[in-house]
Amino acid sequence: MDTLVSQLQRQFRDYTISLYHQGFLDDQFTELKKLQDECSPDFVAEVVSLFFEDCEKLIGNMARALDQTGNVDFSLVGSSVHQLKGSSSSVGAKRVKGLCVTFKECCDSQNFEGCVRCLQQVDIEYKSLKAKLQDLFSLEQQIVQAGGRIPQVDI
Amino acid sequence: MARDGGVSCLRSSEMMRVGIGGMESQPLDLDEVHVLAVDDSLVDRIVIERLLRITSCKVTAVDSGWRALEFLGLDNEKASAELDESSSFRQVPVVIMSSENVLTRIDRCLEEGAEDFLLKPVKLADVKRLRSYLTRDVKLSNANKRKLPEDSVPVNTSLPPPPSPFTISPDSSDSSPPMTISPESSDSSPPLSPLEISSSPLSTPIDDEDDDVLTSSPAPEESPARRQKMRSPLD
Repeated sequence: MDTLVSQLQRQFRDYTISLYHQGFLDDQFTELKKLQDECSPDFVAEVVSLFFEDCEKLIGNMARALDQTGNVDFSLVGSSVHQLKGSSSSVGAKRVKGLCVTFKECCDSQNFEGCVRCLQQVDIEYKSLKAKLQDLFSLEQQIVQAGGRIPQVDI
Repeated sequence: MARDGGVSCLRSSEMMRVGIGGMESQPLDLDEVHVLAVDDSLVDRIVIERLLRITSCKVTAVDSGWRALEFLGLDNEKASAELDESSSFRQVPVVIMSSENVLTRIDRCLEEGAEDFLLKPVKLADVKRLRSYLTRDVKLSNANKRKLPEDSVPVNTSLPPPPSPFTISPDSSDSSPPMTISPESSDSSPPLSPLEISSSPLSTPIDDEDDDVLTSSPAPEESPARRQKMRSPLD
């Protein structure tokens, strides 16, 4: 009989695998999971939460800088992009990081339209990841509440 | 401008001996490594702090080179004057963390005297490796001690250019012989070099973009820096 716990665990496993395969997450997210234990059971959730706050702040900075029509400070935008690239790399946010690479190139070549496009994409991407990780963490909670263990997923 | 990281570790006893501020008194555990982690990114600070704690390091995380100096009590004229006489800080290993996998820059940082280089994003295996050669009973022989450019100190290798007397001469690299650590030494050795990890912008000589510098001490059969160089770039 397929218990609720095993159903949830399967869902969790499948969802996790899909996030990696679709390039939302990379190896570094796995590294973060290694740092989670009974003493720090919410470590990953806490770090990604800080990351998303960082995204909001940095994207705000970039938007403001790009909004200075005729007087855009591309190095300022570039510096925020760099920071975002760094933190996305640290949490395994693969797509966000990839977008930052392109974004940085646009900043370096002072490509205004390119920057605006990248900014929009980065905004969409981090929000999308945020939603997906919320779903993932929610699945974890459901498993635990149903009395089960969160399975180790090998990618 | 650079976004580099670094790590410094001091044994608790070292920290107390050099009068580091902010240390609560506690029984001396001579094997405990105290790491000063400097990174301007909050996310990175949290991650490196956890990485270090999990590998049994005591950690102090600060967000800038200036705060690092503050923590070390080096942020005033008097301290900087005393620093030249003291050898303790000169023995503090500095490890740089950076996302830039540029060999020339890595080499430069190694030449400038950094102990190791960790390519970001930093993984548990990287920190474990660091930890393993920190707790080995090693001795820095005087002959092999890093020669530093005048008025510069190891803790500043990865820090932004502070006002004199901490300026790091761009021509210093030639005068710094590689540091060797001999793990076989068994006599009464001086305390292990403290280690500093900082993620703050590099000093101007090396810096124009994000230069992350990690240097690894040339441990036997190991060339962590070389191994790092072999890693494929992240991008």
